[in-house]
Amino acid sequence: MTETARPIIQIQNVSKRFGKVTAVDNVTLDINAGEFFVLLGPSGCGKTTLLRMIAGFELPTEGKILIDGQDVTGVPPNKRPVNMVFQSYAVFPHMSVADNVAYGLKIAGVKGDEIKDRVAEALELVKLGGFETRMPDQMSGGQRQRVALARSLVMRPKVLLLDEPLSALDAKLRAQMQFELSDLQEKVGITFVTVTHDQDEALSMACRIGVINKGEVAQLATPSDLYEYPANRFVADFVGSVNIFEGKLTLDDPDKAAVDCPGLGKVYLNHGVTGPHGADVWIALRPEKIYLHVPGEGKAVKAAAQDAPDGYNFARGKIKGMSYLGDITLFEIELESGACLRVSRPNLSRHDQEDFTWGDKVSMHWRADSPVVLLG
Amino acid sequence: MAEQDWKTNKRVFAAVSLPTLFWIILFFLVPMAIVWLYSFGENKGLTEIDISGTLDNYKRATEWLYLTIFGKSFAVAALVTLICLIIGFPVAMAITFASEKWRPWLLLGIMLPFWTNLLIRTYALMMLLGTQGFANKGLGALWESASWIKTLVGLQPLPTWEPVQLLFNNFAVVFGLVYVHLPFMVLPLYAALDRLDRSLIEASLDLGAGHFRTIMRIVVPLAAPGIVAGVMITLIPALGAYLTPDLMGGTDSQMIANVIERQFKKANDWPFGAALSFLLIYAMFALIAIQSMRKKVPEVR
Repeated sequence: MTETARPIIQIQNVSKRFGKVTAVDNVTLDINAGEFFVLLGPSGCGKTTLLRMIAGFELPTEGKILIDGQDVTGVPPNKRPVNMVFQSYAVFPHMSVADNVAYGLKIAGVKGDEIKDRVAEALELVKLGGFETRMPDQMSGGQRQRVALARSLVMRPKVLLLDEPLSALDAKLRAQMQFELSDLQEKVGITFVTVTHDQDEALSMACRIGVINKGEVAQLATPSDLYEYPANRFVADFVGSVNIFEGKLTLDDPDKAAVDCPGLGKVYLNHGVTGPHGADVWIALRPEKIYLHVPGEGKAVKAAAQDAPDGYNFARGKIKGMSYLGDITLFEIELESGACLRVSRPNLSRHDQEDFTWGDKVSMHWRADSPVVLLG
Repeated sequence: MAEQDWKTNKRVFAAVSLPTLFWIILFFLVPMAIVWLYSFGENKGLTEIDISGTLDNYKRATEWLYLTIFGKSFAVAALVTLICLIIGFPVAMAITFASEKWRPWLLLGIMLPFWTNLLIRTYALMMLLGTQGFANKGLGALWESASWIKTLVGLQPLPTWEPVQLLFNNFAVVFGLVYVHLPFMVLPLYAALDRLDRSLIEASLDLGAGHFRTIMRIVVPLAAPGIVAGVMITLIPALGAYLTPDLMGGTDSQMIANVIERQFKKANDWPFGAALSFLLIYAMFALIAIQSMRKKVPEVR
């Protein structure tokens, strides 16, 4: 991102109610020009409603939506400078690929020769060159999606909206399309706004992610910030896998903090938390940020955890369950407190998975910058 | 999902289909065959028919007089179908896009006329359209009040209201047939529109098309199977309509079914009536054949 962030879509205090149900609740959100923005959330959280309000298919009950500085709140979808790729692709089944892609251009009154050039260019962009005369029923789901993409991109919209673009594809194709979509977005430079419930999809494609929960923005951040610095328990739990323990803030200095968790033990952090002393907080600890050891290798543990005082960031337990996933092994460990802790361990060598087995006593430690303190 | 295949379950298939098959053969195909045989016969006395294999009945049936009646019946039926389509399409669209709560009631409203006998409905319509009917009374009241307003502003009053002849003419026949056949058009149209993926309509709007263009370019082509079904299911019974032209038509609005009826009753010429009937049936066969040869619109799910 070389240019300074300029908002292309401004959502201002937008709410949407269907009868008594509030689908979107007072959302304020800026989406910048040229970015790949992802709205992430569980199904029914209101993310699709938000997207459909940007497209113009739903009218906000309250609030305003601006596109490129212009208030489009009451503007019908056919007059908005945005285009949408539908979850079902919505490729017109009675038209050839070329006619599908040319549909919007013909309506816009573009001349015949230019239509032909732009259709060819758009199909080339989505790697469907030579498919002009095909009918949609002769194509696979992935190809139909490319037609839908070309049909929208050919309109040169200010913003391209994508509703769950990868949900109907099989796993391999999905992974490939994730890269291709990011690639495409960089190539055409159009702002992409995607809706998904799949966190992997969101993390891999997005410049920024807006996590939506129960119609509200739970957090707005870059993928790595979202993962490493979740703002609340919902985000920590929804994005990736996490261990969450309740605790009390016992120390809160500008450069260090400590939380006493009955379930996990004493947790030390090498940065301050702006929370009231003695407050109830939650500690979020990612499974991959926990080191697993055979007990008695205390020295090694201490050496690794030297950034925390003795007795902090350390736990003992017994392996209750494990699942070997090839690249990593997931352990479920019953702590001495009775609580459970999920730990993942990379299989750096071929025999790593043989190090531990069910029932083994183990000890764990983590770095002082690994836990996240959550206030809500 | 494994579908039940009649080849693997012959006995079940037979058990289910035999009663129906028996019914169709005994009460439909056999009488039809008898009538078909009559069409090659000639009258011998009042009740006796000699099936001699003559083609004279068909020769007479294709005379200019009867061909014009066929032609007129076809024109009336086609006009009725067209009007039903023009009225029925927006109605079907309105039902499709009505809220979940309203849709069953609207569909019920469409089907409500079926609860009353056709004869009673036709008489009700005649009461409405008669010279002393509600339509004329309503028009008369409007005329009177217009006249009254004119005198109020100091103009000459209108001449006295003369009831309009709404009944016993071709207009009445078309009106009555549209009234009777409209549900037959709306239901298949609704079935087709209801299956339509809404996001196709949204995609068209999204690409800049207005509502009218979306309907013409997306909804109508994709509802084509429903339109064809609706046209067929309206055109064929309208072509053989008997009761409506008989009760509501004038002397010049008889359709082919009325002519056929006369052959079996007043004229007592069963062989000729049979020949006319079968010409009509052949015409309908031709229509159905044309429909089934039509290029299928591919469906993408």
